[in-house]
Amino acid sequence: MKTPNKSRDLTLTTAAVGLLLVFLWWANGHLDNYKIQVLNLIAINSILALSLNLIYGFTGMFSLGHAGFMAIGAYVSSLLILPPVQKEMIYILQPLIWPFSVLQAPFFIAVLAGGFAAALLGLIIAIPVLRLGGDYLGIATLGFAEIIRVVFTNLTPITNGALGLKGIPNYANIWWNYGWCLLTLFFLIRLINSNFGNVLKAIRDDEVAARAMGINTFKYRVVSFSIGAFFAGIGGALMASLITTIDPKMFSFLLTFNVLMIVVAGGLGSLTGSIIGSAVITVLLEWLRFVENPIDIGSFHLDGIPGMRMVIFSLLLILIILFRREGIMGMREFSWDSLINRFSRGGEAR
Amino acid sequence: MLKIEDLHVYYGGIHALKGLSLEVTDGQIVTLIGANGAGKSSTLRSIAGLVKNRKGKILFEGQNILGKTPEALVGMGIAMCPEGRRILPHLTVMENLMLGAYIRNDRDGISKDLDWVFELFPRLKERTWQKGGTLSGGEQQMLALGRALMSRPKLLMLDEPSLGLAPLLVKEVFEIIRTINAEGKTVLLVEQNAYAALKVAHYAYVLEVGEIVLQGTGEALIENPKVREAYLGG
Repeated sequence: MKTPNKSRDLTLTTAAVGLLLVFLWWANGHLDNYKIQVLNLIAINSILALSLNLIYGFTGMFSLGHAGFMAIGAYVSSLLILPPVQKEMIYILQPLIWPFSVLQAPFFIAVLAGGFAAALLGLIIAIPVLRLGGDYLGIATLGFAEIIRVVFTNLTPITNGALGLKGIPNYANIWWNYGWCLLTLFFLIRLINSNFGNVLKAIRDDEVAARAMGINTFKYRVVSFSIGAFFAGIGGALMASLITTIDPKMFSFLLTFNVLMIVVAGGLGSLTGSIIGSAVITVLLEWLRFVENPIDIGSFHLDGIPGMRMVIFSLLLILIILFRREGIMGMREFSWDSLINRFSRGGEAR
Repeated sequence: MLKIEDLHVYYGGIHALKGLSLEVTDGQIVTLIGANGAGKSSTLRSIAGLVKNRKGKILFEGQNILGKTPEALVGMGIAMCPEGRRILPHLTVMENLMLGAYIRNDRDGISKDLDWVFELFPRLKERTWQKGGTLSGGEQQMLALGRALMSRPKLLMLDEPSLGLAPLLVKEVFEIIRTINAEGKTVLLVEQNAYAALKVAHYAYVLEVGEIVLQGTGEALIENPKVREAYLGG
């Protein structure tokens, strides 16, 4: 067997995390707000992509309900961190009902509460919905996310309806976002490499075989779905505090689609792929904004077309599906062994 | 050990098993032969609890197990090696085998059975850390057998273990079934390869469109003119 060098890997991982922290500290002091915002988005998108990958990539459940879980996480956490005075000011149509009007919690607890609320809802809808498989599950979860959105639009005494919440305290700085991102990543690495993870992969690859081995596949699917929903809620909570304004319109299918695009582009069933995917896609989405501005090529003038970058992105997704269906990483994962092997082999070749 | 009485199975409007009765005696190899669609796999799948619409009685060690979940049945000592091998391509040979022992907690017993499986299939041992999907067809069949054995079953059900294998490997698979049986496992075998199955079987049933039409010892059925004509090519 390849004996994994545990102490070496631990040292290297610690060093890599240290380097990341040094980079973030440097970025925080030297980069402008826009670039820091992009860095923050990478972290949050990573959390969202990792959680969807657990549900879709590792357990094989095609779920399109991510925006719904994010909405739950975002609203629960925002209601807990908004100061009561602020709440009184923004609820113009109908006042916020008790106990939400007085509830307050520190940021960490609020985000955690958002995650647990999303997980609880995930658990409740999982029990009827996960009896479905394949495309039917996708349709049912998509419907669920739309229901959440409509309910939030009409539940004015709690959600402030279509007006949404404004002036949410901007606690989600680079440290919180990357902290949660690393926590999610390490939790999922442990989970995927455990016996639990093997059971999930068995269910994904062949549910009949898994049942024949005595695995209660339904129970595992429900647990995996709820854990995915939990981290989607966390991502939603951080997102709300990062952009400080939320309304139900924001949590439309397009949001789920963005996360799905990251997961597919990065590689279904690869945690590494989800991280790389969120970095690449988040940066590309920002960088591609230039195509929406007016462009002059020589004497040729192009008016800016809003939404043009989404057209380019859809084309990109089609190309990925056509030519590289397994995404950037396929099902492979990063490991220190493979990195070191690559370098030493490169050295021998020279 | 296993007794089926008047078992009916329905798939939608199709009546797949029409009052099937059979018995598997402890320590024997019992085989079901028959043409495609005769209901051989349906019988195994309903014993394993994987079929919902069924009616009748399935007694395992005197207890009616109809309606029990597949999980409970594996726990009681019924293992099935499904048709088409169904190994997990993205997991290693070791992970596949360990999932076979999913319902067990006895570490020592598991490692003992693992040694036994590696002794039965030395080729699996060489490939311990290889992904299941990279194995050859024969090796995958060995892995499927090994995985089913890892749950330490009293009754091992094999659905078409020789399907799609080269003649030499088919022979090897039947040798192994004999060895497993000699070590005390009761085997219920479903096969298209009627001759080889009847050769190893202590007792055999012939199925035709959901009903048992003939039964007897393996040797007796090989000599039976009806069987010779229909299943052994004259």
